Amino acid sequence: MPLLRIEGVAKSFGNFRAVDQLSLDIRAGEFFALLGPSGCGKTTLLRMLAGFETPDEGRILLGGSDIAQVLPHERPVNMMFQNYALFPHLSVRDNIAFGLKRAGMARKDIATRVAEMVALVKLEGLEKRKPDQLSGGQRQRVALARSLARRPQVLLLDEPLAALDKKLRESTQGELMELQRRLGTTFIIVTHDQEEAMTMAGRIGVMDAGRLVQVATPRNLYEAPASRWIAEFVGDINLFNGQVAARDHGRLTVSTKEAGTLAVSELWPPVTKEVVSVAIRPEKVKLSRRAPASDEAGSRAINRLEGVVADVNYLGGVTSYRVKLETGAVVRASMANTARLDVDAYLAGQRVVAWFTADDCLVLEQ
Amino acid sequence: MARTVTTLTRFNMTSLALGLAFLYLPIVILVIYSFNASRLVTVWGGWSLRWYHEFFNDRAMLEAAWMSLSVGAVSATLATLLGTLAAVGLARGERFRGRALFSGMLYSPLVMPEVISGLSLLLLFVALNAERGFWTVTIAHTTLTMCFVTVVVQSRLSALDRSLEEAAMDLGCDPVRAFLLVTLPLIVPAIVAGWMLAFTLSLDDVVIASFTTGPGSATLPIRIYSEVRLGVKPEINAICTLVIALIALIIVVASFASKLSNARGESAAPL
Repeated sequence: MPLLRIEGVAKSFGNFRAVDQLSLDIRAGEFFALLGPSGCGKTTLLRMLAGFETPDEGRILLGGSDIAQVLPHERPVNMMFQNYALFPHLSVRDNIAFGLKRAGMARKDIATRVAEMVALVKLEGLEKRKPDQLSGGQRQRVALARSLARRPQVLLLDEPLAALDKKLRESTQGELMELQRRLGTTFIIVTHDQEEAMTMAGRIGVMDAGRLVQVATPRNLYEAPASRWIAEFVGDINLFNGQVAARDHGRLTVSTKEAGTLAVSELWPPVTKEVVSVAIRPEKVKLSRRAPASDEAGSRAINRLEGVVADVNYLGGVTSYRVKLETGAVVRASMANTARLDVDAYLAGQRVVAWFTADDCLVLEQ
Repeated sequence: MARTVTTLTRFNMTSLALGLAFLYLPIVILVIYSFNASRLVTVWGGWSLRWYHEFFNDRAMLEAAWMSLSVGAVSATLATLLGTLAAVGLARGERFRGRALFSGMLYSPLVMPEVISGLSLLLLFVALNAERGFWTVTIAHTTLTMCFVTVVVQSRLSALDRSLEEAAMDLGCDPVRAFLLVTLPLIVPAIVAGWMLAFTLSLDDVVIASFTTGPGSATLPIRIYSEVRLGVKPEINAICTLVIALIALIIVVASFASKLSNARGESAAPL
């Protein structure tokens, strides 16, 4: 039995179906991310878990009992708000103690717990400050401490790092993961930032138009997206539309208008349709001056696309290239800059061969 | 943003001075003449506190002043209570059918000519056969000033982050306690400002009070008005100066309160 089971939950606002027949199981101690573009219903789902919205249909089972109709203050669930929602008239200490006082905890125990939470989020010495005397990062910590103080079974985090700058965000990601491991609390985070979701979460649920379209580990989400929409939403990808020309022992031959005939290893479950898209991530496309020798006997069948480098973007860690094929289609390739003085850098206007193996390709239904 | 101090050009200085003079010259003259020793209003007879002394011995005038202050305090308190409730209902309630109409109707006393409000209240009190006096004026002033309180409190409430209340509920408060522990402390400055506004408006009013008051319970403005019709006594200047001082004090306190309220509001927002 999972800790949290969401069963056929639906919520509409007027004619807009924010969450549509969604089911999901979340295990105890999991770090789960809900990822999706804005308006996909992820925040509505989170608010239903917190109790701020009531589902129109379906059940939300926490530890076996249905909490769909339970009011927010009676749920063993706490939420960390996107803008932190710190009480401006209360000090850091009183903010953290707020939920404990409501729970009727003894004064002495409250003091101990607050001290513990303050140490946990490294805010020692700031207990008497008001929220407006804190930096953005410190406020984020107060919000975290406040939402964890009641030791909830599930902590809901609504875009918890969105208000921080990039450097602080990265270090805070690490701290959140460390904290989650240490406390063993189930974390459900809502984010639109795929890097954030992939860094922190054990599993990611991708939402689109109120539905959960895929639940997978970060690696599977990236390397084996369930649909073309997910492949395009998560990371960067080259797509070539075409038709299946031949099937042979898990190897497909797809003829495309833009990139000629491509050899693709079939994923499981196999595609049933004839009209498909061949997808290849830019970092799996290699560039070279001459075509590499093919190895038709092995699994390493190689697709070669000849073209001209259209432009080069140096991004520090990687350089991304756009290669224009003779058909007019563009292939994006990105290569890690593994040497400081990169002798292999290609220049715009140079003729190159973009190549990739059949195993690195995905075949997706359109 | 760097704060730049620019000097006014001669033209701006002149227009500012003229504008201020237009607004404040009559008041300044009144204040100066309230310290006039002469019995004649328009003749300067040297400095004196004689007319203040006179006022503090004028029983009828003192009674009227007391009447005004108590009507002001009671009606402002009632208006603050009702106005705050209406503001909470409008800002936090469900989006009920006819909400726009209701909020529009709530604000009608802001634009309604006072003569009409006064007359309709008079008709109501006559129909109810209510004895006109302290309570009728108080109720009339409450209806007049309640909407001002609502405007002030509602604008504060809608600027307040809704998720603060949600956070309170998330941390174990039922909706009523969330309001009392989080929302109320944050809107107190607006409520105080609303009370002071209501009090000042009540202190000010002649028209509605003259419709709804009864014999023996004249408010200060009515009393002054009836005295002036018989000729301006220098004592009136003294009373007016005191009223101006009181109102100025209230306005200063109210503006500090609303400044405090705004400062708190800013800290509620994320960085």
